[in-house]
Amino acid sequence: MATALSLSHLGSLMGGVRSVDQVGAEERAASLAKRSIKKASKLWALDLAIRCMDLTTLEGMDTPGKIAALCAKGIRPKPGDTSIPSVAAICVYPARVADAREHLGASGVHVASVATAFPSGQSFLSLKIDETQQAVAAGADEVDMVIDRGAFLSGDYQKVYDEIVAVKEACGDAHLKVILETGELGTYDSVRRASILAMAAGADFIKTSTGKVQPAATLPVSLVMMEAIRDFVRETGRPVGLKPAGGIRTSKQAIAYLVVLYETLGPEWMTPERFRLGASSLLNDVLMQIEKERSGAYQSMDYFTID
Amino acid sequence: MAIAKRSRTELATQRFEYAPAPESTDHVKIEKRYDLFIGGRIVKAHSQKRFPTINPSNEEKLSEVVEADEVDVDRAVKAASKAFDSWSRIGPSRRARYLFRISRILQERARELAVVETMDGGKPIKESRDVDIPLSAAHFFYYAGWADKLEWAFPNVKPRPIGVAGQVIPWNFPLLMLAWKIAPALAAGNTVVLKPAETTPLSAMLFADICMQAELPDGVVNIVTGAGKTGSLVVSHPAVRKVAFTGSTEVGKLIQRSLAGTGKRLTLELGGKAANIVFEDAPLDAAIEGIVNGIYFNQGHVCCAGSRLLVQESIFEPLLEKLKLRLGTLRLGDPLDKNTDIGAINSKAQLEKIAGLVESGVEEGAELYQPECKLPERGFWFPPTLFTNVSQSYRIAREEIFGPVLSVLTFRTPDEAVEKANNTPYGLSAGVWTDKGSRILWMAERMRAGVVWANTFNRFDPTSPFGGYKESGYGREGGLHGLLPYLELN
Repeated sequence: MATALSLSHLGSLMGGVRSVDQVGAEERAASLAKRSIKKASKLWALDLAIRCMDLTTLEGMDTPGKIAALCAKGIRPKPGDTSIPSVAAICVYPARVADAREHLGASGVHVASVATAFPSGQSFLSLKIDETQQAVAAGADEVDMVIDRGAFLSGDYQKVYDEIVAVKEACGDAHLKVILETGELGTYDSVRRASILAMAAGADFIKTSTGKVQPAATLPVSLVMMEAIRDFVRETGRPVGLKPAGGIRTSKQAIAYLVVLYETLGPEWMTPERFRLGASSLLNDVLMQIEKERSGAYQSMDYFTID
Repeated sequence: MAIAKRSRTELATQRFEYAPAPESTDHVKIEKRYDLFIGGRIVKAHSQKRFPTINPSNEEKLSEVVEADEVDVDRAVKAASKAFDSWSRIGPSRRARYLFRISRILQERARELAVVETMDGGKPIKESRDVDIPLSAAHFFYYAGWADKLEWAFPNVKPRPIGVAGQVIPWNFPLLMLAWKIAPALAAGNTVVLKPAETTPLSAMLFADICMQAELPDGVVNIVTGAGKTGSLVVSHPAVRKVAFTGSTEVGKLIQRSLAGTGKRLTLELGGKAANIVFEDAPLDAAIEGIVNGIYFNQGHVCCAGSRLLVQESIFEPLLEKLKLRLGTLRLGDPLDKNTDIGAINSKAQLEKIAGLVESGVEEGAELYQPECKLPERGFWFPPTLFTNVSQSYRIAREEIFGPVLSVLTFRTPDEAVEKANNTPYGLSAGVWTDKGSRILWMAERMRAGVVWANTFNRFDPTSPFGGYKESGYGREGGLHGLLPYLELN
């Protein structure tokens, strides 16, 4: 169990977080995106992309029926092909957790629930805690909370920190992913600072985005967060996971994230315990690419189920 | 939880190994033997001597080139002299048109050129593809723009070309150095005789083909191959009015001596022992990339390589730990593989020189670190290397190694950083890593180096002048300054 570091004068400490060079980070990410991943290594990466996927639906129009379909897809992404693994988790709104729990059963696929007034985070702490507790009580294995960006951007780091600590406590045994919503933070310096803050407050994972704000996950932002994780592990010895989410739609993108992960945090992070990809439409593209690698030919999208 | 278990056991047995991703060589045709390019044609050499050019990554012979003799060089210079009469007089916008055309053909044939550059020189394909060839094309493009604007570039003087330029270039960036030499010379209205390095003549021979494809007037560019002897014939030919040399300081000094009293114009771009200075407030992860790019780019075969790392003592430990970790992720191997970060050492002689200097470092008491790194059996290879515990007086901290070898030193205050950085006979480049804008300017004012990079390293652009202080040479290449050595201004 992660414990929160108790820190006073958090604001001034945050000022001491090392800066990020924007040009350098973007160049490094772009150079890694040029890696050419072929054949066996591509197949392995695609397989891992599925195993690390948080298959997501976060819509106002989500119904029990939609959740049922998504759970079926997550457990068995390609009907009739048992060599394709299940996804890591199904990610839903709190009100749909019970539906997901019911359909996932003992499949091993986790239920992840967003919480804390997702996506804005602009609500009362008591409600956020209550929402988290109820989601966990309904069967969520993982909670994806959002930080209070309003507080963060106004410099009230203490408030952000305290909220994460409180939500972590409300999670109990459930794993906590902390969404920074990097698209609203404005600079890589802020992303790095928010990453350190979230990890110090006890996050099991840090996550880029809600998917409701543009830009969502980008390669350089994920790189900056990985570098923050690397420094945090070096200081504390506690490994923290990363979840890029939002805008990852193609296998090529997914593989680029895995390459950056591999060359930044190393092979120990290439597991669903430490890496997740939050996505709703990525899965079918991955399935199509796997088929292409296996058979040498692309298949029509009609052969992949839309759930 | 069966599935979670499955993934764990699988991970235990499998790692993310990148499958080979070699760039195809099918589209490249390398001739069995090459002759000389004189007077707009490929001509049979007078010299009977030939020597092989090999692929340093597997020691296989790629082709054979001529060791041009006195008669060959004389023919080339005469062809250039003859061409000078008309080339210097044609409308400047027509000269520009030829240069634009060359630039475009370089882009069109980029893949072919990149593959040949990598095969002949050993550098990773990602570098020849993303750096060497695009920059070469950009250089021609940039100087094409100046060709018809010289009178605006240098107002109130009458800029005139000098005559035949004799140009001798090195093996580390064969085509790029060719572009640095030929593009400004031609834009200013000169004609050239160029000698490529003996280990990397092939891209220059391809360039000869490009000159013909561009229908460049006969004799404006002439290319003679050979070793040091041929180079000295080019620079000492009496009809050569301007000499440009990029290479070692040792040879540069010889050339300068031999030209004394001849009235020839000379520019030299020689060795370096650049300091890459990291202050405690630097963005560390970017600095690590800059350090790696500074010394391991092109296997360290870079005259402006950041071969001396000066780290502020307060961040020495975390920086060194990060750097070592990063070294472990560098991928050394087949230069044609698109995922290769470190290619082959250019030649056996260079490999021996690097190995000798590394040995001296160990003997003098520096601490050697090399990541676990499997070297291919054939070819010339040297693992990425770093030395700590280095004194300013050690040979590895003073002499140019021209290989993937970094010396790490520390400093305490900005003044000490300046003092140590400038404490070298060289002065080609320097790097400064800090978050403080004012400190960047403060450092740049004090660096005795032609180029000072701030929070980046080894970044080149045709618009930016490049050249040395002290024993790193004189004269500037690139930018408006790059035209000056090729013009009479009075």
